[in-house]
Amino acid sequence: MIKEYNTIREVAGPLMLVEQVEGAKYEELVEIELPDGELRNGRVLEVNRDKALIQLFEGVTGVNIFNTKVRFKGKGMELDVSQDILGRVFDGQGRPIDKGPKIIPEKRLDINSSPINPYARDYPSEFIQTGFSTIDGLNTLVRGQKLPIFSGNGLPHSQMAAQIARQAKVLGTEEEFAVVFAAMGITFEEAQYFIQDFQKTGAIERTVLFVNLASDPPIERLTTPRLALTAAEYLAFEIGMHVLVILTDMTNYCEALREVSAARQEVPGRRGYPGYLYTDLSSIYERAGRIKGKKGSITQIPILTMPEDDKTHPIPDLTGYITEGQIVLSRTMHMRGIYPPVDVLQSLSRLKDKGIGEGKTREDHADVFNQLFAAYARGLEARELEVILGEAALSDMDRIFYRFAESYERRYIAQKETEDRDIAFTLDLGWELMATLPAAELKRIRPEFIEKYLSKYKEKVEAT
Amino acid sequence: MDAGSIVKVAGPLVIAEGMQNARIYDVVRVSEQRLMGEIIEMRRDEASIQVYEETGGLGIGEPVYLSGHPLSVELGPGLIESIYDGVQRPLDIIKETAGDLITRGIDIPGLSRDRKWSFNPSVRVGDSVAEGDVLGTVEESVLVEHKIMVPPGVKGVVKSIERLECTVEKTVAVIETENGKDVEITMIAKWPVRKPRPYKEKLTPDEPLSTGQRVIDALFPISKGGTACIPGPFGSGKTVVQHQLAKYADAQIIVYVGCGERGNEMTDVLMEFPELIDPHSGEPLMKRTILIANTSNMPVAAREASVYTGITIAEYYRDMGFSVALMADSTSRWAEAMREMSGRLEEMPGDEGYPAYMGTRIAEFYERAGKVICLGNDDRIGTLSAVGAVSPPGGDLADPVVQSTLRVVKVFWGLEDKLAYRRHFPAISWLNSYSLYIPNLKEYFVKNYGQEWIDNLNRAMVILQEEAELEEIVRLVGLDALSPDNRLIMETAKSIREDFLHQNAFDEVDTYSSFEKMVKLMELIMHFHNQAEDALKNEVPMLDITVLQVREKIARAKYIHEDKKEEFENIKLEITKGFQELKEKLVDV
Ligand SMILES: Nc1ncnc2c1ncn2[C@@H]1O[C@H](COP(=O)(O)OP(=O)(O)OP(=O)(O)O)[C@@H](O)[C@H]1O
Ligand SMILES: [Mg+2]
Repeated sequence: MIKEYNTIREVAGPLMLVEQVEGAKYEELVEIELPDGELRNGRVLEVNRDKALIQLFEGVTGVNIFNTKVRFKGKGMELDVSQDILGRVFDGQGRPIDKGPKIIPEKRLDINSSPINPYARDYPSEFIQTGFSTIDGLNTLVRGQKLPIFSGNGLPHSQMAAQIARQAKVLGTEEEFAVVFAAMGITFEEAQYFIQDFQKTGAIERTVLFVNLASDPPIERLTTPRLALTAAEYLAFEIGMHVLVILTDMTNYCEALREVSAARQEVPGRRGYPGYLYTDLSSIYERAGRIKGKKGSITQIPILTMPEDDKTHPIPDLTGYITEGQIVLSRTMHMRGIYPPVDVLQSLSRLKDKGIGEGKTREDHADVFNQLFAAYARGLEARELEVILGEAALSDMDRIFYRFAESYERRYIAQKETEDRDIAFTLDLGWELMATLPAAELKRIRPEFIEKYLSKYKEKVEAT
Repeated sequence: MDAGSIVKVAGPLVIAEGMQNARIYDVVRVSEQRLMGEIIEMRRDEASIQVYEETGGLGIGEPVYLSGHPLSVELGPGLIESIYDGVQRPLDIIKETAGDLITRGIDIPGLSRDRKWSFNPSVRVGDSVAEGDVLGTVEESVLVEHKIMVPPGVKGVVKSIERLECTVEKTVAVIETENGKDVEITMIAKWPVRKPRPYKEKLTPDEPLSTGQRVIDALFPISKGGTACIPGPFGSGKTVVQHQLAKYADAQIIVYVGCGERGNEMTDVLMEFPELIDPHSGEPLMKRTILIANTSNMPVAAREASVYTGITIAEYYRDMGFSVALMADSTSRWAEAMREMSGRLEEMPGDEGYPAYMGTRIAEFYERAGKVICLGNDDRIGTLSAVGAVSPPGGDLADPVVQSTLRVVKVFWGLEDKLAYRRHFPAISWLNSYSLYIPNLKEYFVKNYGQEWIDNLNRAMVILQEEAELEEIVRLVGLDALSPDNRLIMETAKSIREDFLHQNAFDEVDTYSSFEKMVKLMELIMHFHNQAEDALKNEVPMLDITVLQVREKIARAKYIHEDKKEEFENIKLEITKGFQELKEKLVDV
């Protein structure tokens, strides 16, 4: 039985307090009806004796305290799912907005799923080829990983994410990834960019979109990623698909959380974000993974723009504490015209070790990776030295590494937006660049690999 | 059953009225779903309860049942090889009964009620026994001989005791106490997690806990029964260090608490440990390990409890006379759980919103570590070492959790993101870290590895400090401005960093380094340095020294297998020979 009340006591910010309520439940969904018949949705944030504190997704504008009705629905928020969600577009509350037919639900799922039992998890270890050398070669992504992109305003994170969605594949299988895309507070153009890209490539057929634009109600951003992950879990663990989830922009999500927290007058944590931001974010990010005995998987690529490009800001900081590495984009690289502008030193995939090597990528992968990284780091040191003390201060060896860093950025890191490199190409390119270094400097590579791979590139380099 | 009823639900906090018979810190069951909770505050008949499961859907008026006992763990055979959540529910059994997700209202005891153990009495009928005395033993795993002890506070004469093959609930012995009452002893003991287990006497920890990690064992050692913390920003290597310790520390029992961290990291341990062989015992690592996994997405109140569950289990094995090591990753998540509950209780916030008692709780936790004479007539000695990771916001060490921790622990392994970016792992700063155990351990080191080892270490530390100063100069005027002696310092420092301190946890050989190997490796580096110093005095050019072939071998020496340690001698001879040749060359000219 649905109970109806017209005992609203207070409305402020996104919150509403209702009194004389009987038996309201924490996290229960509510529906409110405005005098003109408009319906809005909300969620119970706290119950205290006969009072219920409600958070309204669409805000409180136009709500009249005296003749607005509140109905408690006796259940939490759910998403209707069936295979037909593929190819469809929903809003931030899970309602179709693409003029397509209503989803005939095979199931209704609670959008706050229970935590995966760590004992039931399977360790992610299958290499995903994204076609980006910086990711595949250095920060290898594996199925079931959560690997965010730490970006900044105006940096090409959307292009990168769309390119990954387009190109991602697991070698040796013909299966394509299903994509679940959640937009939170991004602009119409940004959202359109993704949608058109999915349409152009035909990927839209295996994509589910949940879209909350900058002009849409901010509080809805709190449910958008949870709806998306509920859809992803259904596709991965019930249908058996490999799902790539793109969440953009998590910064807008966190801001919505801060808004609600401020309205509740909670003790603020760093920079006004609530003290439970870590726990809240983990309830999103930890929904990535693999489960023993289940065919599908959920790989997450959350995108966030770092306020003032500051990595220690609570949003990137707490994200980094939960995710399994991060791809950091650099404004300097972007200004120098390098796409993707990945800051190699700050980026890291923590699960790469289990996804590379013989039988997965190639036997020499780990060594090549270590050597390229070390050589590039040394090249950057030489570049720094050059900036401070001038070119004359560089030793011959410094110069060699300086040049290495240059070509490494131009040829290895930089690639075209349409360029889909396979892993062999990426590894070979690494060898080709390393061939410009004295062989004695290649200390991180096992002698047998040097013998096997280096010689043909040495000749090539010497010929030019 | 006595019950109150819910008047408020706010996140993990539930307030119930009609709770006049409840005691603070008692366990309650909330609603008909019987969600587990603990009373953390009482006002009149109102109890504030932290609920160890998700509270969504709970409503006003639902019942809260009292259990009459505090939050406790079950102690007895069957703990080893288990994986529990923060309130000791076995995750493997939860998977069997509830599937892949942890749903609510699951009530499964910590110890199996069906599994049978063979109990071997070690006392006879008529013997007088008192608290801590060993009544009998059980082979819990190939590595762990589990002792069934007389519970604290019990004293009397053994009235009956039998060799039995039975479950944990069956009585294995009866003790008649002085006032004529019989106490039945089973193999299961319950203990409230928030109360430290008693011992006879605390001792000074004076033996190192070897960890197989060179930077730790050589520069910043921890002792058996000691405490250490590893603060560092995300991705700096806290978890890898904790995993390495869990794998290679020479403790007999490992308790690993994953407190509010990643699910996959626990899976990693679960999959790897049964396969990995303990270098000290030759048995799979899992045979000495207990895991507590309350990952970040699991209920926050149970996360708060998880460190107590872990340390109580660890104390229990300490009481049997084992050397136990506990890792907690990360104590910041525990402190944050405290902060969250405190916020919901609307307590007055302290620094960064943490409750004022946070520092006390942290201190109490680490105080439960130590080297002790256990209860019992044999005066056996047990040690409990505790190592906590700390995850400060932005890696800032001014964070209140870091500061409160540093006030109590004796070892500080400071991780630096600068080192991690350069992929110098473990990214433990050699300039800022410290161990206050070094004076206590010195005697042990000299006795076992000789005075030369101590001298080499001291010399190495000085060289590393000199390097830091010289780097300033190089940054301003370039390397060429340095004298040959200073160039040598820079070269040796680099060698210490890259060939000794750097240790790849993912390399089959390098992942573990015995003390013996470590001593030999350092000896090589210092031998080269001494010879080079001498050569410089004889006017050998620095350039000739830097291009000596043998340096390559020093660089690869850390990959020398543990059972081929004689190779170190050969390299040492080669170093001597190399310098000899340089000097001869000079004379020829
Ligand atoms: N000793 C080591 N050898 C090789 N690689 C290491 C070592 N220590 C750390 N790493 C690398 O650093 C990464 C991050 O380490 P780790 O997961 O321990 O960080 P953390 O400090 O626990 O981060 P968080 O606070 O986010 O949990 C690892 O995935 C690994 O790639
Ligand atoms: Mg960690």
